[in-house]
Amino acid sequence: MTTPKTFPHTEPKWMQNTLIAISVGFVGLLILLPVVAVFTEALRKGLGFYWKSVSDPLALSALRLTLFTAVVTLAANLVFAIAASWCIAKFNFPGKNLLMTLIDIPFAVSPVISGLIFILVFGARGWFGPALHSAGLQIVFATPGIILATVFVTFPFIARELIPLMQEQGTEEEEAAILLGASAWQTFLRVTLPNIRWALVYGIVLANARAMGEFGAVSVVSGHVRGRTNTLPLHVEILYNEYNFAAAFAVASLLALLAVVTLAAKAVLEWRLRVEQESAVAETGKA
Amino acid sequence: MAIDARHVSKSFAQYTALKDVNLRVNDGELVALLGPSGSGKTTLLRIIAGLDAPDPNPETAVFVNDEEISRKQVSERKVGFVFQHYALFRHMTVFENIAFGLRVRPRKVRPSNDAIRSKVNELLELIQLGRWAAHYPSQLSGGQRQRVALARALAIEPNILLLDEPFGALDARVRQDLRRWLRNLHAKIHITSVLVTHDQEEALEVADRVVIMNQGRIEQVGTPNEVFHNPASEFVVTFLGNVNLFHGRVESGQTVIGKVSVGQRQDSSVPDGKSARVFVRPHELEIERQPLNGADVRSRVARIQSAGSIVRVELIGEQSEAINVDLTHDRYHELGIQAGDEVFVRVRDARVFVAEEPAVDYSI
Repeated sequence: MTTPKTFPHTEPKWMQNTLIAISVGFVGLLILLPVVAVFTEALRKGLGFYWKSVSDPLALSALRLTLFTAVVTLAANLVFAIAASWCIAKFNFPGKNLLMTLIDIPFAVSPVISGLIFILVFGARGWFGPALHSAGLQIVFATPGIILATVFVTFPFIARELIPLMQEQGTEEEEAAILLGASAWQTFLRVTLPNIRWALVYGIVLANARAMGEFGAVSVVSGHVRGRTNTLPLHVEILYNEYNFAAAFAVASLLALLAVVTLAAKAVLEWRLRVEQESAVAETGKA
Repeated sequence: MAIDARHVSKSFAQYTALKDVNLRVNDGELVALLGPSGSGKTTLLRIIAGLDAPDPNPETAVFVNDEEISRKQVSERKVGFVFQHYALFRHMTVFENIAFGLRVRPRKVRPSNDAIRSKVNELLELIQLGRWAAHYPSQLSGGQRQRVALARALAIEPNILLLDEPFGALDARVRQDLRRWLRNLHAKIHITSVLVTHDQEEALEVADRVVIMNQGRIEQVGTPNEVFHNPASEFVVTFLGNVNLFHGRVESGQTVIGKVSVGQRQDSSVPDGKSARVFVRPHELEIERQPLNGADVRSRVARIQSAGSIVRVELIGEQSEAINVDLTHDRYHELGIQAGDEVFVRVRDARVFVAEEPAVDYSI
């Protein structure tokens, strides 16, 4: 019997190996393999065809709409999530628990249902439909509807990251800032925001991934008008239903690439911050 | 600058934290608010700071330097506040933490970068952390963090300094050092200060005056000497250090425990038969080998703890009550007592409370 010298393992070796095998197997089979499949299928008919599918005007318009929707959705969610987390974490008010439950609704409701809700409310025969129509505003089967549906589906992501963190951090730093003479806005910018920035980035990454990939809710409200109200996931579905597999996967690879870019952006931001802190400490060492 | 809080009450949903409290802190004084948790001391401090508002009442007012503070924004009051858990800005260096109060000033009154740097360096010198300027709070020890918090509060040249359990999260040794350091600092800069603590030793050592609070009221205000030697209530006696409680009664002008008299009452108005509670601190008891004119309580030595500056002796009395006695090492050696020995305890000094009356001091 030999005992490891570095630190004692309580689990036997076979259990460690089993756990590692399960984790790696799961990730490989259910995550890595599909991603590889997307790219191989996309390139099956060669680079020329891939480029043609991706630069197709309809694909480009879907890409533009997806990016535009994601940007507007994130901006709206940022404002909402910070306001909601702030009031939930820092004040007590009646209905606080109700608000926290309501934030979770999009997680619980099927996206298709949430799409239908917007049709019911803003559609031609919906509650506000006639009023909106006479005002010349179209929500459903147009970009505003797509954005509303995406906001609805993604709004818990950032708030859910921020609320526990802000609750844990408490209000003392903000109180200290105000007592030191800072205005409310200065306190937010200089104290609150820096303290939540990583949770914020993480929430944005999650919300962004969902916003760009959302299918169900958007599918209901979009109306599938090619070149006008088709987002990337909807475009992929149309191509697939037309048995145009190579093109469908080529466009799908765009979505996968967007996800990779989002994750890379997060990694770079995290690395930058670490370097910043380490260099500050190194400087003191010299002094 | 003086602080004057008048008729301050504060109730929360569940309980009343302060009940019509009046407190005056003189210019340049260091006052400790002392009490158990839930006594309202932190609530009072937060109201003085403006972090909480007292219950609305026409009589209620809090003045700092003869100016009613509720008329001003918290950020304009120039209150230095030190939190128990430091509340340093975790993403800023020590230097930036201290500079914060100067950097957030409106441009017209903001010092130049050079002026800020020299002010911060001066404060770093004061807290002896010059070498740590570029470190983050997470890289400092608790004692160092609290000194940074203090420097940060002092940077804005506050009118008053409020400290909420500033040493509560530190270990005993560091607490001792910082206490002395705070005392010296206060002697140097003489800023009107209020310190909240539940540690009676800390309050008695650091403060010019001690305010003892219990259940939302002030029990007594006085110098450390006054409150320790002339406690105004049973609560004050029991809260300020260890004390033995004997149950006695009044008999023909004397307070009697069992058959033993602990002294002549100075006011003869108290009728006989009233029950009296007699409080005696461990150092106010004397141990004898032999009974002395009947004024002693027979007891047995249960335990002796002699590792310390005094010798703590635990006795078991005739009604199997525990009695604590503090002896000097000299006296302990002179007596030569051991666990199990029979001894006689004499009360040298006591505080007696009859029913709800104020204290009557005794000497035998």
